[in-house]
Amino acid sequence: MRTFSGKLIIIVLLVALVGLLSWAILSLPFHGASLRAQVFGNLGNSGVSNPVTAVLLNFRGYDTLLEIVVLFLAALGAWSLGIVRLPDTMHPARPFLLALLRILLPAMVLAAGYLLWAGAHAPGGAFQAGAVLGSAGILLLLTEVQLASIITNWPLRIALTAGVVVFTGVALGTMILGGHLLEYPRGWAGTLILLIESVAAFSTGITLVVLFIGGRPSKSDPSVALKTPEERKEQL
Amino acid sequence: MSVSTLYSLVGSSLFCLGLYGLIAYGHLLRKILAINVMGTGVFLILVALAYGSREISPDPVPHAMVLTGLVVSVSATALALALACRVQENTGSTKLTEDGSD
Repeated sequence: MRTFSGKLIIIVLLVALVGLLSWAILSLPFHGASLRAQVFGNLGNSGVSNPVTAVLLNFRGYDTLLEIVVLFLAALGAWSLGIVRLPDTMHPARPFLLALLRILLPAMVLAAGYLLWAGAHAPGGAFQAGAVLGSAGILLLLTEVQLASIITNWPLRIALTAGVVVFTGVALGTMILGGHLLEYPRGWAGTLILLIESVAAFSTGITLVVLFIGGRPSKSDPSVALKTPEERKEQL
Repeated sequence: MSVSTLYSLVGSSLFCLGLYGLIAYGHLLRKILAINVMGTGVFLILVALAYGSREISPDPVPHAMVLTGLVVSVSATALALALACRVQENTGSTKLTEDGSD
């Protein structure tokens, strides 16, 4: 596609596509088809007062369950691409980041907790909290503190799968108790949503860290300092 | 033209811009970014269509769909980047060649 004529053909076709999409949007019945009334009508029974959270974790909980599965599958995909060796010793080259993190980390954990709690009545929720937790984890990883021994073993695997396991467990539990999939028992919706969201936020944070690592994290071999991709490949 | 129409037209243009980047460039990182631009266009359309008017609150269902989509797009991007890193490690290049020979 490096030729000029090739690019020109693409541009012409895409301009036509823009026209087609715009026509489709302009001919949409804008205010006719909306689920606003249904959502606000049933908000009282949903266990939360934020309509978006109500849709995410109650009315369309199945979508969110599958979304957590997608996140898990992506981490699984990255995990299976190879072993990434994390440094086992403190890196002295980043004192500033470490000092900054001493201040930032508690604030980030607090912000994640707030976002999680606020999700019930205001914009916020599990994934926003998970994103903050994940970025805290990534910053921690960048300072190269001795994370390897903490997160390379089974606690990491449990944290990765916790979101999927708990959400699926709640979904199946509601079926066993006589309802449909993810049909929360009356009066329990708020509690169950909080439970799912807390575990999902934690799990999302850990998943994002694993995705950032881009492979199966493993302790570094102290005898071989692996630096370049070639060396890493030889080790595999 | 209402605000929501304007934004959804911008969204469809963003989608096509991203599609152009996806087709026209061989560099993997550019392709991944292009897919993200496409996704952003779709999200913009959904959010814009959810907005009715100043008086009534927006339709929460498309908003929830966008939130779900954001997480999916983040995970897809991360997986694509991990794959691109592997391609770079194995072939020494992050570009796709025209004939796919290497």
